[in-house]
Amino acid sequence: MAASLNMLLAGFGGQGILFAGKLIAYAGLIEGRELSWLPSYGPEMRGGTANCSVCLSDEPIGSPLVLEPDVLVAMNQPSLDKFIDSVVPGGKVIIDSTMCQRLPERDDVDIFPVPATQLAEDNGLKGLASVILIGKLLREIGFCDPRTLDEAIVKSVPPKKAHLLPKNRKAFEIGMLNEDGESVPVCSLPEDWSVE
Amino acid sequence: MKGNEALAEAAIRAGCRFFFGYPITPQTELAAYMAKRMPKEGGVYLQAESEIAAINMVYGASAAGKRAMTSSSSPGISLKGEGISYMAGADLPGVIINVQRGGPGLGGIQPSQSDYFQATRATGHGDFHLIVLAPSTVQEMTDYVFRAFDLADEYRTPVMILADGMLGQMMEPVVLPEPKTEFPAKPWAVTGHKGQRTHNIVNSLHLKPERLEETNVERYQRYDRIKATEQLAEEYRVEDAEIVVVAFGASSRIVRSAVNKAREKGIKAGLIRPITLWPFPADAISAATDRAKAILTVEMNMGQMVDDVRLVVCGRVPVEFFGRAGGIIPTPAETLAVIERIAASLEGGAR
Repeated sequence: MAASLNMLLAGFGGQGILFAGKLIAYAGLIEGRELSWLPSYGPEMRGGTANCSVCLSDEPIGSPLVLEPDVLVAMNQPSLDKFIDSVVPGGKVIIDSTMCQRLPERDDVDIFPVPATQLAEDNGLKGLASVILIGKLLREIGFCDPRTLDEAIVKSVPPKKAHLLPKNRKAFEIGMLNEDGESVPVCSLPEDWSVE
Repeated sequence: MKGNEALAEAAIRAGCRFFFGYPITPQTELAAYMAKRMPKEGGVYLQAESEIAAINMVYGASAAGKRAMTSSSSPGISLKGEGISYMAGADLPGVIINVQRGGPGLGGIQPSQSDYFQATRATGHGDFHLIVLAPSTVQEMTDYVFRAFDLADEYRTPVMILADGMLGQMMEPVVLPEPKTEFPAKPWAVTGHKGQRTHNIVNSLHLKPERLEETNVERYQRYDRIKATEQLAEEYRVEDAEIVVVAFGASSRIVRSAVNKAREKGIKAGLIRPITLWPFPADAISAATDRAKAILTVEMNMGQMVDDVRLVVCGRVPVEFFGRAGGIIPTPAETLAVIERIAASLEGGAR
């Protein structure tokens, strides 16, 4: 695991970008790491693009604003086009390929397209594409223990929406287990881990 | 926890039971949190009809001896200016939060540090100062609010927390303080004399110039005590620094990253982060100046704190400024470029 990881998550407002960022942040909190979560706010929140910067580190975090991400999670074409050039060489790019028709041409970053919106629809998980992508992200870079992320989901789903908890877990599981041929998992599920 | 929520929770734990506000981005979560929490604590949350009303409600609650707070963002703080001056004139404690956004005018809603002059020089009319604390993390938002209430009571002065949209909106882990249970006595408070003591008067009107001057002189003696004992600054890699960067709040975090990168390149850079903007930590900066070859001030404005830095440095070494305005946060890379340029010019001079 890298000593510090700067992530940028971007998409339309309402796709669950901020929630997905919170899951990562909570996972960092549970594992006792330094972290920051910084959302875009204002006009973007009201129907336009939304993005959020998440930093995980073993050192105190300097700038919480991620301008050169190690990880980009892009949930629509405008966000992908806007941020793809800022990803550091060797970085990881997770793309909702249902929402992005044109994949980037950079060959110095690892690109992982996942038809997350389609997968969500097919599995009755409308609105949870972002959680599928977090599952995929965890599978590819193992930024925390999968059990920690499950704990983060439990923590992040508010009690009033408790009925959405199984769906969130299911979405996470789909992201973790999705095969797309190109990716090589660097973190594997512990044997005793399961989704209820 | 979000910065804005941390400010609110810390205030409640510091014994604040009176919050008066008026919504404005990017501090709205603070008021929303108060609306939810305050009634459960038996306190008062009141959305006033305007910022002006809100600050005068703080005046009232504080005059009655209670811990009270208001919060806003830049344009709203301008509206509160009159009430803050009245509080200072009446020697009332109270905490005012400014989660700054870009200006002037309505400006924008993105983070800024453009209210430094307003906070440290002239929040309202008249001869007065506020104690101004500048947090740079969500944990510090929590700790400084807690401290602000104590300072306000101790020195009978309004205290401002000068934050910004970035700190207000971001989430970081935070350890909350234990709720405060013991509070200083306030024999001056107007709580009803019940025929047992003389009237207490809370007032900022003194029509006799001699009497008014007396209050000013007494207040400035208090300010001298504050300057002597309450200056606070954090020093980071300053011991052997040739280039000392001075930055507060959000921009200090960017500078910290830039200083680390400069050190990796062999440039002896360090950071002084003023925690109290008023009283300005002149002693720490002066001491660092003795060892430094150049000072750089980085702010999210067109150059405000740099004036205070120049007053302290007083021509001993060059003082440079780098800033971004309008709600733009400077990047570590562009800050590093400025440090490198200064380092190069220092080398040129030595040859």
